[in-house]
Amino acid sequence: MRKNNNVRAPESQKRLKVKIADNPEDIGAMVHIEINEKKVSVPLGTTILEACRKNQIHIPTLCHHDDLCIAGVCRVCVVEVEGMKTLQAACSFPITNPVKIKTTSPRVRRARKNILDLLLSEHYGECYACVRNNNCELQALAKEYGVDHYNFGHIDKPKFQVDNSSYAVVRDMNKCVLCKRCVRTCIDLQEVGVLEAINRGEATYIGTFFDKPLADVICINCGQCINRCPTGALHANDPRDEIWAAIDDPEKHVIIQTAPSPRAAIGEEFGLEPGHSLTGEMNTALRRIGFDAVFDTNFAADLTVMEEGTELLLRLYKALAKGEPDVAIPQFTSCSPGWVKYLEHFYPDFINHLSSAKSPQQMFGALLKTFYPKIKNIDPANIVTVAVMPCAAKKFECNRPEMTDSGYKDIDYGLTTRELAQMIKEAGIYLPELPKSGFDDPFGDATGAGLIFGATGGVMEAALRTVLELVTGDKIENIFENAEIKPVRGFEGIRYAEIPVTKVGKVPGIISHLIPDFEWLKGITLKVAVAHGTANAKKVLEDIKNGGKFSHCHFIEFMACPGGCLGGGGQPIPTNAEIRRKRAEAIYKEERTLNYRKSHENPKLIRLYNEFLTDGPCGSVSHKLLHTTYTKRGSFIV
Amino acid sequence: MEGVKHNRFGPVIFSKYERGSAIERALAMSREDILFELKNSGLKGRGGAGFPTSTKWMLTAAAISDKKYLICNADEGEPGTFKDRVLLIEYPELVFDAMVVGGYTIGATEGIVYLRGEYEYLLDSLNDYLNGMRKDNLLGENILGKKGFNFDIRIFLGEGSYVCGEETALIESLEGHRGEARNRPPYPVNTGFMGKPTCVNNVETLATISHIIVKGSEWYKNFGTSKSKGTKLFSISGDCEKPGVYELEWGMKISDVLKLVGAKDTKAVQIGGASGVCLNSSQFDRTLAYEDVPTGGSIIIFNKKRSMLKVLKNFMEFFVEESCGQCTPCRIGNVKLLEAVKMIEENKLTFGYLKKLKELAETMKIASKCGLGQSSPNPFLSIIENFKEEIFNYAGGGEYAKE
Repeated sequence: MRKNNNVRAPESQKRLKVKIADNPEDIGAMVHIEINEKKVSVPLGTTILEACRKNQIHIPTLCHHDDLCIAGVCRVCVVEVEGMKTLQAACSFPITNPVKIKTTSPRVRRARKNILDLLLSEHYGECYACVRNNNCELQALAKEYGVDHYNFGHIDKPKFQVDNSSYAVVRDMNKCVLCKRCVRTCIDLQEVGVLEAINRGEATYIGTFFDKPLADVICINCGQCINRCPTGALHANDPRDEIWAAIDDPEKHVIIQTAPSPRAAIGEEFGLEPGHSLTGEMNTALRRIGFDAVFDTNFAADLTVMEEGTELLLRLYKALAKGEPDVAIPQFTSCSPGWVKYLEHFYPDFINHLSSAKSPQQMFGALLKTFYPKIKNIDPANIVTVAVMPCAAKKFECNRPEMTDSGYKDIDYGLTTRELAQMIKEAGIYLPELPKSGFDDPFGDATGAGLIFGATGGVMEAALRTVLELVTGDKIENIFENAEIKPVRGFEGIRYAEIPVTKVGKVPGIISHLIPDFEWLKGITLKVAVAHGTANAKKVLEDIKNGGKFSHCHFIEFMACPGGCLGGGGQPIPTNAEIRRKRAEAIYKEERTLNYRKSHENPKLIRLYNEFLTDGPCGSVSHKLLHTTYTKRGSFIV
Repeated sequence: MEGVKHNRFGPVIFSKYERGSAIERALAMSREDILFELKNSGLKGRGGAGFPTSTKWMLTAAAISDKKYLICNADEGEPGTFKDRVLLIEYPELVFDAMVVGGYTIGATEGIVYLRGEYEYLLDSLNDYLNGMRKDNLLGENILGKKGFNFDIRIFLGEGSYVCGEETALIESLEGHRGEARNRPPYPVNTGFMGKPTCVNNVETLATISHIIVKGSEWYKNFGTSKSKGTKLFSISGDCEKPGVYELEWGMKISDVLKLVGAKDTKAVQIGGASGVCLNSSQFDRTLAYEDVPTGGSIIIFNKKRSMLKVLKNFMEFFVEESCGQCTPCRIGNVKLLEAVKMIEENKLTFGYLKKLKELAETMKIASKCGLGQSSPNPFLSIIENFKEEIFNYAGGGEYAKE
């Protein structure tokens, strides 16, 4: 019956139809309204909630989330609109005429309190035994309304079994308040759609296709639903106990690598405003916790740039210079495991476009159990590798059966930013006050190129810095001011850039055995694109399918999460566009201070290629350890 | 279809009507004139909410869009209502003719009948009837020679959810989604089926329109009261000798209706189906009209042998099951009201808690997302209020509460 298969979210869960003009004042689209007898003017189409927020009038919300389309289901935000019999949900009511609104009338207050009492009556569990204690929107509402007992009773037995089948996301529907944020995140924000309300009335719950465990449906593990759950109904699969056990085991050499995004956000878990980078403080904390070595994932990101960049040049060489017909172009990035699984499920025919290069996390894992134990003289069987990631899908990625090229499980545990903050707190450390320290050798401090992997467009920028320098022989600073490739930065869902290659240089020694010259690239316009959030990825992929603009691209960066890694499913809660913007600012600000800002200039990386990956990028050693294969999953779980 | 036709008598809907005559008449009129006739008739939606039909049509007609829809709401799901079934079986010409008229007036090219899942057995005969209309150019292209007026009707079978009678939930269901009410505004007249302007009318509303178009609004206004024009179909069931569908003028006293259907020893009358109100004998001199007791037409009669607590429990069980589950007040609120009924049965309900529940019921009425939750507390409030002696004076809810 559904006519347009591209539109998966129902109309009831769509954004408001009334579009707000960019220049409402100029075109006379301002509406003069009264809120609590105060006269204000708002652009036509503003919701009551937005109008109140702009005027510093607090409206409690629960099902509303700034990133998501409206639902209007919790009814906590109801207000009185003069002339209407019933109360209206502030979040979903667009102002189109001069209404008079009351936000604190007795009717409103009573209704909100009753609704809150109803929600609490069905919300199983106790706050102190909950992962979201002190960061729970339902708890905050209860506090706001001074709830000191349960007016309509309180459920005393769990109704649902906790689903911890997934490596990434644990679902405890006993704590669910049916706000449907996860449903909307999945189907509307990400256009994946594994969660939906099942049954009706009292029996309603959020479930999966045929009630299968989450591990057995086409969940891409992005964890965006976790970031938007107002309660503890969704949380990541937490490996803290195992990691503590490994740390406490004197036999084990426990290594932690830290991705670029957690350091830009972990301060939020300690009460700091978003946008404070705590790289050095975090390193110190990790050592105090008891990790034996602290490495920077950005080093592996530099390695990824080398491998993925070389692969791109090889693909282009084969396709453009040698005219081989079966080379898949554009090349897609493969750092985001959520994106990789999305592609495997939804566009399995495209997997040959994915770069075979592993993600930085997994590249590092393979090195940490091969190269590292060799130079350190440790038995790799005793090495435990932990990766602190902004990501839920990384927990799945490290458990992929392919990720054992070292002969061991390359990465033992994926740890989210939230979980690491928890470990730091458990260790009795207040992170923001710690002294700073650097990363351990032999990998040391990485380049700025690796750091910006954390923001959408960062992988593209890092790769372009290296590829353009290698190809043109020119300094990137001569092409882009301060080496900042602005066209691929920003938060627009899909970005497209064209970079003409006007001159080419000599092929650098490190890849000269692969590509004899760059003459074939001269005069070519390099077309690249960046997409973040799988809904945007879907648009790009559909365009490629239809032979559109993006099918002529050479290289496309995809990130599963809105904002890229800094908005990942393992990052501190809450999230919204403003918070993600501040995290990005923190990353770019730190990047400008670093000595090296191009992956191929990383001295430790050059050493690695000289001593270990001796046949260069995309050579046989790196192919064994640093590259991988993908699975055409389709609708099936393989 | 002719064979099942009963001898029914009524001043408007059941009066004489010739198939196609409303279409013929309407196509000779301007759209503005049709809208004026409707406005002048004062016809209100017969599904229960009583929204002025002319306003709905005008708003849809005024909406600018390449495509518009007219939907006939035949999801007759209110307990105790069966008038639409009678119309569809015995008077399909009234319903479908008015849909064509509506299509012409509002500029829709497609009409959809959302037929209640349980009425599947009507599907074949209704489709046959539509084919007959197509043959006679009452449907299809250039209807009755009117150049450029194309309109066709298809029938969509519902899946049996009560809430899908709510127009936006109906549209969601029609689009293939869960039957859940949408946020309003925007209203379907602007953003309806597939995001296009959509007018949703009840079966009976449409049937009445056919007569108004042919016989004029002035004629129609002869019936009813000053504020409630015309007639209404009543589905009367329960403890009476002659249950069935009656066409009555607005303004009739409840006691007269009871007399008409041969109800004896009547203790209670539930008006407006499960979501309506329950009146006791002291209120039987009230009149059925928008200004007094408005109703979608369901009247359920209970005699002295019935336990009102059981009646209430039955209604609340219905709502607990039929709430779509999306909004908090309806999903959990109905459960709490049902729990209270069970507490009364067990003699555990305190008056303090009852007071809280009444407040909750008020919250449900004003804060629920759609008409379901806004009206489901009605039976609770009215039965508890109108039959409190029976319910509270006897242990556990009265002499008939326990078998």
